[in-house]
Amino acid sequence: MTTVTNKNNKRLEILKTYKIYIDGQFVRTESGRYYIATNSKKENLANVCLGSRKDFRDAVVAARNAFGSWSTRAAFNRAQILYRIAEMLEGRKAQFIDELIKQDSTKTQAEKEVNLCIDRLIYYSGWCDKFQQLFSSVNPVASPHFNFSVPEPMGVIAAIAPQNNSLLGLVSVIAPIIAGGNSCIVLASATMPLCAVTFAEVLNSSDLPGGVVNILTGKVAELVSYFSDHMDVNATVYCEADFATQKMIKEKSALNIKRVLLYNKIKWTDASGQSPYFIMDLQEIKTTWHPIENIGGAKAGY
Amino acid sequence: MAKLVKNNTIKLKFDSVKNFAPAPESKKAAKIDPQYDLFINGKFERPMSKKYFSTINPATEEKLSMIAEANTADVNKAVKAARTAYDKTWKKMPTAERAKYIYRIARMIQERAREFAIIETLDGGKPIRESRDFDVPTAANHFFYYAGWADKLEYAFPNRKTTPLGVAGQIIPWNFPLLMAAWKIAPALACGNTVVLKPAENTSLTALKLAEIIQEADVPPGVVNIITGAGVTGAAIVNHADINKIAFTGSTDVGKIIQRAIAGTNKKATLELGGKAANIIFEDAPLDQAVEGVINGIFFNQGHVCCAGSRLYVQESVFNEVVRKLKDRLETLIVGDPMDKNTDIGAINSKAQLDIINKYIKIGLQEGAEMYQSSCAMPKKGFYCRPTLFTNVAQSNRIAQEEIFGPVLAIQSFRTDDEVIEKANNTAYGLSAGVWSDKGSKIFNLTSKLRAGVIWANTFNKFDPTSPFGGYKESGYGREGGLHGLSAYINLV
Repeated sequence: MTTVTNKNNKRLEILKTYKIYIDGQFVRTESGRYYIATNSKKENLANVCLGSRKDFRDAVVAARNAFGSWSTRAAFNRAQILYRIAEMLEGRKAQFIDELIKQDSTKTQAEKEVNLCIDRLIYYSGWCDKFQQLFSSVNPVASPHFNFSVPEPMGVIAAIAPQNNSLLGLVSVIAPIIAGGNSCIVLASATMPLCAVTFAEVLNSSDLPGGVVNILTGKVAELVSYFSDHMDVNATVYCEADFATQKMIKEKSALNIKRVLLYNKIKWTDASGQSPYFIMDLQEIKTTWHPIENIGGAKAGY
Repeated sequence: MAKLVKNNTIKLKFDSVKNFAPAPESKKAAKIDPQYDLFINGKFERPMSKKYFSTINPATEEKLSMIAEANTADVNKAVKAARTAYDKTWKKMPTAERAKYIYRIARMIQERAREFAIIETLDGGKPIRESRDFDVPTAANHFFYYAGWADKLEYAFPNRKTTPLGVAGQIIPWNFPLLMAAWKIAPALACGNTVVLKPAENTSLTALKLAEIIQEADVPPGVVNIITGAGVTGAAIVNHADINKIAFTGSTDVGKIIQRAIAGTNKKATLELGGKAANIIFEDAPLDQAVEGVINGIFFNQGHVCCAGSRLYVQESVFNEVVRKLKDRLETLIVGDPMDKNTDIGAINSKAQLDIINKYIKIGLQEGAEMYQSSCAMPKKGFYCRPTLFTNVAQSNRIAQEEIFGPVLAIQSFRTDDEVIEKANNTAYGLSAGVWSDKGSKIFNLTSKLRAGVIWANTFNKFDPTSPFGGYKESGYGREGGLHGLSAYINLV
């Protein structure tokens, strides 16, 4: 058998198709559009999907469908799945480091970023079944009722991931969303999208149900208004400092009283880039009242 | 086909209630001045607008008093007073001292409770029994509860310190005037903020009485400013550049306007907006208790309650029985003079609100729903509405989708748990919900799946200072009450 080689007498490399991730499937954008991701050396890295409004709307449907079972899943199970995501990332470290280097990181920086991502996932894995205890309360009401307040996931979250720290930012935004039982649609860094798509592959092999995390690639300026005015999205997360965009997000979010979280001042590389308060940002507090029957035992004491 | 089993519940006899002799509370036990000025920087000051508007008793349409109308210049003055008080006094004050001022307010409300109750009922039309037994004591309790938090904030947020936000602009509705003022002012002060509060233009009196107490309690000038006026005054507060936080309770429409108005600022906001709560009765529920809960859920405060149980879902097997019991009970409700201690349903808060309610009753009929109204005697003067039930209601009917804010209940049936969860959650709102069943596991299934901020199981319309209140979805964000209510007025550092 003869080995077929190309003209340089080397094995021909298989190039990866970078697709978007909706409902657990790797699909091309329905729009058929693409853009070329480049680095500072002007090298073409990949043809990346230029996601559209329709892609976003499809992703919202998927996220809403996934929300029911993800939010009611045992917190312990969510913890194991986040842990599994970290495991998968650990196993594929080399690929991520390689992509980060292509996207202008140094080797040291890239290694550091990937390690931090893995550790951050482990951190949030641990929180999955603990933050509720920390932020719940039994309320000593003055009437004969048992009354308690617990955090519950907010619903479908539309997040625009940090444009810098393309992997760490993405992971730092997604982890608290899903640790808290929400589902989401995340727009990856437009300039450095490679890791985001590869991270979707990690999610896909981590027992995370399809639709819980949907990752789109595309332009912030084009998609941000759809992220903010969709009527079936419960909250919008935006991580950049652009004032006009922040204002627009807040205005459009008023349409259905979306909660708006602005994370432009967070240093994702620091310890302050992780905390249970990021989980709580996307929780609602539910208070439940139960009467205490006071008939038979009304006079009984200790 | 299964044979219909005749149930053994008997019709409760309420016949004698119609013979109660009038038991009116005395108007004279409260003093209402002919005119009220703005409370700014610890003093009552004439408005720079030089304008006053009248406030009436909706039960008699008689004028009660004249209220100052604050314009932008007045708002500026109030905000400036609040800022100065924040910078120079309040944020620097030892937290235990701050607490003592708030305790004083609580105590003084308790001391003058009767006066507050009378004025609340005269100004807003709610039954004296409700203002006496609910609004006023709960308002006092709210101050008492939050007073104690002032020097304990470091325990409230694990691994974080707190700082106050600064000046809070607070805008409150007309349905629980004093209580909403307490819900806004108490946590704001406890967390170290100063406030500019605007009551609703129809119901300013108890907030102004509260201003008198705040003055009497020697709270440092400017820490609490209470200014009166309508929407324009509210907009001036929302748009003021030196306000750090907006706390609003009111309609979802206005909530959306506020969210848009402050989009280009760093102002924080909490919004407590409308609702269309589902109240769900399962066949295994104690039906007589459930009926009482439904009546309380929709007719409390004439239905002017954002968390009112305005959609009733009854399991099909007990539907006819529940509707019959509801009608029987409806007939016994006493509609009339809010000052009478026997009155169950008082006056509708304003002519404008009565028009809205009547509009929805018309819409309900046009949509093909079947109406049942109590045949009770109605006062000749004032704004009143008969307690109203609608059956034959479709999920898509406007009376089942939109907030009416009046004594109008839309009743639907259901068969399975899954069906009623879906129907109950099929709304843009998410403030509250109720479940009636004798089965604990079913209750917990429902209470965890209903997407609303407050869930009452086998009870309804219960409130407590320790119990967080607030909505999901278009019912707003942020919580008032309890430990979680502190988050609305602090920065975490």
